[in-house]
Amino acid sequence: MTLSLSDPTWYPIASSEDLPFRHVYQGQLLGRELAVWRADDGNVNVWENRCLHRGVRLSIGINEGGELKCQYHGWRYANRSAGCTYIPAHPADAPARRIQNRTYPVREAYGLIWSAANDQQAFRPFAGAEGHDWFALRPVPVNAAPEDVLAALGGLAPDDQPADLLPGLAVRFGGIYYFVQPVDAGRAVIRGLLREQPVDAVATLRHYNELLSKLRDRLERSAARKPAPEPLQPAYDKVSADLATMPDIAIPKGNTITVMVKRKWVSADGVIGFELAGRDGHLPTFQPGAHIDLHLPNGMTRQYSITNGPGELMSYIIGVKQESASKGGSKVLVETVREGDLLSISEPRNNFPLRRDAIRTVLIAGGIGITPLLSMARFLDKSALPYELHYFTRAGETVAFRSELEALHGKVIFHTGLPRAEIGTAIATALGQWSMAQHVYVCGPGPMLETVRDTAAAQGWPDESIHFEYFKNDKIIDNSSAFDVELARSAMTLHVPSGKSIMEVMREAGLTVPSSCEQGACGTCLTTVIEGEVDHQDVYLNDSEKRANSCMMTCVSRAKSARLVLDI
Amino acid sequence: MTTIDPTTRDLWQVIAATDEVPVGMVETTVLLDVRLALTRDTSGNPVVWRRTNEEQDDEIDPETVLDRLPVITGYGYVWTSLGNPPRELFPIPEYAEADRKNMSCGSIGLAVSAPRAVENFLDMGHFPYVHTDILGAEPHTEVKEYDVEVSEERDEVLATRCKFIQPRAAKSATEAMEVEYVYRVPHPFCSVLYKSCPEDESRRDVIAIFLQPMTEERCRAHLLQSMIDSESTITDLRRFQQTIFGQDKPILENQYPKRLPLDPRAETPIRADKSAIAYRRWLSQKGITYGVIPMAS
Ligand code: FES
Repeated sequence: MTLSLSDPTWYPIASSEDLPFRHVYQGQLLGRELAVWRADDGNVNVWENRCLHRGVRLSIGINEGGELKCQYHGWRYANRSAGCTYIPAHPADAPARRIQNRTYPVREAYGLIWSAANDQQAFRPFAGAEGHDWFALRPVPVNAAPEDVLAALGGLAPDDQPADLLPGLAVRFGGIYYFVQPVDAGRAVIRGLLREQPVDAVATLRHYNELLSKLRDRLERSAARKPAPEPLQPAYDKVSADLATMPDIAIPKGNTITVMVKRKWVSADGVIGFELAGRDGHLPTFQPGAHIDLHLPNGMTRQYSITNGPGELMSYIIGVKQESASKGGSKVLVETVREGDLLSISEPRNNFPLRRDAIRTVLIAGGIGITPLLSMARFLDKSALPYELHYFTRAGETVAFRSELEALHGKVIFHTGLPRAEIGTAIATALGQWSMAQHVYVCGPGPMLETVRDTAAAQGWPDESIHFEYFKNDKIIDNSSAFDVELARSAMTLHVPSGKSIMEVMREAGLTVPSSCEQGACGTCLTTVIEGEVDHQDVYLNDSEKRANSCMMTCVSRAKSARLVLDI
Repeated sequence: MTTIDPTTRDLWQVIAATDEVPVGMVETTVLLDVRLALTRDTSGNPVVWRRTNEEQDDEIDPETVLDRLPVITGYGYVWTSLGNPPRELFPIPEYAEADRKNMSCGSIGLAVSAPRAVENFLDMGHFPYVHTDILGAEPHTEVKEYDVEVSEERDEVLATRCKFIQPRAAKSATEAMEVEYVYRVPHPFCSVLYKSCPEDESRRDVIAIFLQPMTEERCRAHLLQSMIDSESTITDLRRFQQTIFGQDKPILENQYPKRLPLDPRAETPIRADKSAIAYRRWLSQKGITYGVIPMAS
């Protein structure tokens, strides 16, 4: 038998004991190096042992419990998806592109961690695996070909009890199973399992250690006499073409994902919590502050912030405010969507990026505005970074996600039912005087946003340190210009007169144009620009995206040039 | 079997600090997979040849060495070549200024290819993480926009307007300051860095790294400092650079693969990597294959 790089067999690559919390273990399988680590939620990750940035081993990285941080430039990768969540060299907007490390399948069972070179085979327990309380022996690495190691292990069986060869380089006799982990063509690790917990664990471990060390010496002596086998040469996947080039921006394409409403509950008076679970496996990586577009049964789209903490990707939890006045939107969600229903969501998008290199972070939430800030607080909390969260609720309103907030170790301060005048003072005190590398993030009703911005500015906070997200565009749209739009794919040229939006003109010409907020806030009508200079008036794109002039919103954007060519 | 590309073969390559080569005694080293021996003659001039049966510290009469490799000295180091080197070494004019403290700061072995080490030298993004509280610190992790050009006329990569906030940029610095850097890569395995000098605002300190490619996956880093610093002793200045280097070493040795991949799709670049991208492209255009993983054609 010769080893193959693409062998889909599951092999043990570590013992459960090798993976204490906040540690990264270096595993090896079929010529590859693996970074193996356990997140705080118990999930075990098996990744290619290379940071996608400069190839530094992730096994020297820092396991923060929900994310793994590379030691070279501080890139962070999320539990489960291995998606990059933060690039400190460009903290404001990175990562604009979807960067994901290579992952391998994993299973923890019988005191061992199992993995395979690819996903082609489902994990199956070895024959006779069930119903025992397995005890794992100390692993013994051997510099010899895996098949030779297997043969030698078979030779340990007593004469009257011949060894049973099992699939996947394993052998069994009596109550002991040996698995050979094929590290490379000329290297292996012996991993033994006993069917029962021994009476004296230490003595048992010592006994098998001695036995296997002798076996190893014998194997290594005979391996040294043979020509060394050619090591396996794993190939590294190339990064995708759009990751290799460096566009200023990349706007995620609007892929939708189907999720199931796993739980719906009243989180506070007037706030309904929804837990949206992926149908198979985990959901995409998101950054703290990110939101999803939720497609509602009535055809509308609404944005909701993800409240989860780092690496929590099995479901997204959102909070929806039950507004009696709202005509549609959240009302549909609150009244008609039930547990078990399927909904479609966009991939997470982040207009509200959190810097994780601040000396002090102040989070200010008003009412339902707690949702993105809860996520931010959880990320800061996991990284043990200093922050304060001020949560303002009106009298009569109750605090949403209270137990989640109370589980945090940072400073969470509830301001309940303060009269208007006192809110201002509370904000001023919360902010304090600005000093270097302090940042404030605010989410809440419009007037509160304004108060925070004005107060912060008055207390010396520079613009770059004040962060907020619009779900509404409050700017006055200037629609006085007139110009032509050429629709490249529809082979159509339309004139847009002053007073009418591009979207309106396109609809009049019989085109169906998707939209939601129609005020340049939600991104539903995002369109690629081929030629011409755009007059952006939305609050969806960030400044560098606007400068790039490669896309725009047809609901509010206009042209500075006489003509625009759109990819429609 | 490793082959040496013609560009690399014809370059001057650093092999030792001149002062450290003993007179009349053999010193051994490896360059481009070739075992070398060197010594200095009675007038102090280095002599380099392909090593046969000489051992380290053997006594030798340099006059008896006939089959010599080309030799040049410059910036405190001995350089040799396995091919036909140019007449001169690349220029570092500051080295000749009278009031500078010029010093070699030691030679450190690294289990990584020379181009990987050059790229690390060019890279500001790692300062806060690898050189915490010396060359960088959180919260200053941001790499601001800077300019990079490949100068055809001087045949070098040049990165300018590089700015970074550093808690302690040099031995003589006492508080955090924004430092401005200029990086030059005038040789595929050498880089020169100019940084604002804490002592004299109008001038710049020079730090250069010369890498000796021993094998495709191993090199030695030779450091040069040319400083305007009236206070620190040479020992202090050396120790400072060695601390910095000691911090880079474990990271570099955990880079995988050890040779520098030139295919732009091998690793994920970001905006901060502009100079690294230009460097990789420049190596590729020059036809360098030693210590790199060339682009699949
Ligand atoms: S190599 Fe990991 S962050 Fe750069």
